[in-house]
Amino acid sequence: MKQPASLNDISRGEGPLAIVELRDQVPLPPPFDELDEEPPIRPLTEKARESFVVLDDTIAVGIPKPRGKEEEERLVNAFLSGLRKCFSDKDNWPFLQPLVMSMEHCAKCHTCSEACQVYEESGHNELYRPTFRSEVLRRIYFKYVKGSSPWVHGDIDLNWKTVARLIELSFRCTLCRRCAQTCPIGVDNALLAREIRKIASQEMNITAKELHKDGSVLQLTVGSSTGMNSIVVKDNVEFIDEDTTEKTGIQVKTPWDKEGADILLIHNAGEIMSWPENPGAFALLFNAAGLNWTLSSELAAYDGVNYGVWYDDVQFARVAIRHAQAAKKLGVKKIVIGECGHGHKALTVTADKLLTGDLNIPRESCFPVLLDIVKSGKIKFDKSRNDFPVTLHDPCNYVRLMGVVSPQREIIKEIVPEHRFREMSPCGVHNYCCGGGSGFAIMSGHNFADWRHHMTGRRKFRQVLEAFKDEPMDREHPKYVCTPCSNCKGQIRDILTYYDAWEKAGIYYGGLVELIVNAMVDAKPGYIDWEWH
Amino acid sequence: MHVFPYVVAYVGIAVFAIAVLARFRMWSRMPLHLRWELYPVAHEGKRAHYGGSYLEESDWWKKPREMSLLAELKAMIPEIVFLVALREHNPRLWTRSFPFHFGLYLVAACTVLMMGTGLLAALAPSIMVGHVASLLRYAMLFSGVGGLVLGILGAIGLLHRRLSTPELRNFAAPADIFNLLFFVVTFGLAFATFLFVDRDFAVVPLFVQNLVTFNPVALPGSGMSAFLPTISAILMATLVAYIPLTHMSHFVGKYFAYHAIRWNDAPNLRGSKEEGPIGELLSRPVTWSAPHIRGDGKRTWAEAATEKMTK
Repeated sequence: MKQPASLNDISRGEGPLAIVELRDQVPLPPPFDELDEEPPIRPLTEKARESFVVLDDTIAVGIPKPRGKEEEERLVNAFLSGLRKCFSDKDNWPFLQPLVMSMEHCAKCHTCSEACQVYEESGHNELYRPTFRSEVLRRIYFKYVKGSSPWVHGDIDLNWKTVARLIELSFRCTLCRRCAQTCPIGVDNALLAREIRKIASQEMNITAKELHKDGSVLQLTVGSSTGMNSIVVKDNVEFIDEDTTEKTGIQVKTPWDKEGADILLIHNAGEIMSWPENPGAFALLFNAAGLNWTLSSELAAYDGVNYGVWYDDVQFARVAIRHAQAAKKLGVKKIVIGECGHGHKALTVTADKLLTGDLNIPRESCFPVLLDIVKSGKIKFDKSRNDFPVTLHDPCNYVRLMGVVSPQREIIKEIVPEHRFREMSPCGVHNYCCGGGSGFAIMSGHNFADWRHHMTGRRKFRQVLEAFKDEPMDREHPKYVCTPCSNCKGQIRDILTYYDAWEKAGIYYGGLVELIVNAMVDAKPGYIDWEWH
Repeated sequence: MHVFPYVVAYVGIAVFAIAVLARFRMWSRMPLHLRWELYPVAHEGKRAHYGGSYLEESDWWKKPREMSLLAELKAMIPEIVFLVALREHNPRLWTRSFPFHFGLYLVAACTVLMMGTGLLAALAPSIMVGHVASLLRYAMLFSGVGGLVLGILGAIGLLHRRLSTPELRNFAAPADIFNLLFFVVTFGLAFATFLFVDRDFAVVPLFVQNLVTFNPVALPGSGMSAFLPTISAILMATLVAYIPLTHMSHFVGKYFAYHAIRWNDAPNLRGSKEEGPIGELLSRPVTWSAPHIRGDGKRTWAEAATEKMTK
């Protein structure tokens, strides 16, 4: 393993500061316990190393190496300018207090380190210690912005490498905030990682293209980060309705732009593209329960994603306001967010101190609504249809960061035989991130997917294997990882694919609504088709 | 010269009070921020034990919020007194940090007791006799000496761990080492004063009594028996002034870290009193320079956030 010897290494040298190899990692549980049989972590290409800033052996953002002194200075000055703005009550009122708290009070005790799955799975590589990037940022701030003595806050050299590597390093954290849970003082390293991303995006126009250009910009200009405009999305949903009708034998019709509906349901549009059985199941359940609901075809309002929560306050606000404006236009009584973790947090919690007046329309999670449906008695369920091992992934965004823990478990109790359900360990608000948090699930440039599978997704895969440890690990005994979040679902699909876990161990994944419909007595059996896709 | 330690003590207390108040003022006057809570949130009552929130209810905004101050206290008091989070997540450090912090609490308690006793002795000397006086004296002795011993052991333990563990040493600034040394020396001298000069615990309480009654007379004794209490008082007062000027002021920040950030799940319902301040915040100018924002210092947050975006 290669790792930095000191914080100041971030400002020095040309090559990667850290390289993690397979032998540095703790083997997974059986049947994936042979390190030699794991897919290798492919190294970064020489061409990439020559063209971009090198932090470790992968690239998430891809900051081109500066051409000459002038560009180097511009990079440093822009970063310092953004850092100053972060401490302005005009430019950064949205996060000023949490930021100052985390900058001023860290005792550098490293209590948070063991909580970080990246640090743990990397074999305790210093670069991935959650305090590493925070301390670099802290030292830059105190020395170069506040002018404090390095004697008090520690020393750091500031040059273009420090800045560019620090920005890359902010994309080695899933923003799961598990580290913050352990801090006795209340310091939040994930927040600091996000603030670094924010400086890069809002001041320097540097960010991961998957989040900005192909993400929030696409959503705000075309309508969805998937690239679907309103015509395409309506077409796709019509196909989904037809498929769901055929599959279940129950007529399904999704209402669009229904004025005066009680509920505006906002899906993550990724579900429509990649997991159509999810919006199909929602439509089936909402109709069967007699809810007065609708989707909106307004720009951005048929896609619940809000990538701004991961990197940019302005982009975040723009998308949240679009969602609220669509609800206002339809005159709905409330917005319900589908199975999208960060969409939950963005619109329900983070936007709470943003939306006022007639845009302040009540917003809630789909899980209490689904629990009401399941418990209402309007739909009959047969648990024996879900007679296979089930475990539940807790998406950080609405579990640890919103406290929605119980409804999904109560639903599972109603639709899965009790002896078939097993919790992951740890679970609930102490869960581990799926590994795709903060945008990682959609980021695969260069060899970043390899890094993601080995450093972030590996811990979730480990948890899944441990949850099913008493089951026969083969394809003949299918097992279900209930993953009620679109980004998490994408990440878990990727990690299961990476390790070929369906073929080798019979591990399948899907959402919660699919599991509910699978147990519906009135629907044809077999909504979950156990076909890998 | 005998007035000097009294002057330093008054200045130390004044700096401490002003700095703590300034910290409180700074934290409490910061602008409203976007919600950034982290579960479990202690006041969520029956849901707190598993980390649930009111957002688990459908139509949550129509229902009364169940908040439990008792549950908050049940989380806060063990955290403050016993550093529960550290014990759970970093037990090796806790074995050093807990005695250090608990020692500080005891020394603080002893100081408050000495001040109270000093005032009582001056204002109502008839009370300060018999069992009451003995009880107070033993309480002061136990908390003072016990606090100093725990504080010294804890600070040495923390210092040793910080210097002997490469990953901690790598992150330490010179001031971090100085701070711990400051505690070791100050508490060490106070303990030496007790051990060699003031074994019957009379001089230091007398100094504090003189302090609170504004009667800065010379302490009894000469040579080492005068020097040790004097230097000890000066160092202790300097330490009291120094703490809130450093990151050790986290005892103030921690209140806000929990109540204003981590546990702040108060919803902004339509027509709530928070909508006004939010409107004001959205009218603040933006200067972020990236092309998708183009903050020129004139455009407001509201304008930037509602702007139609083009590719």
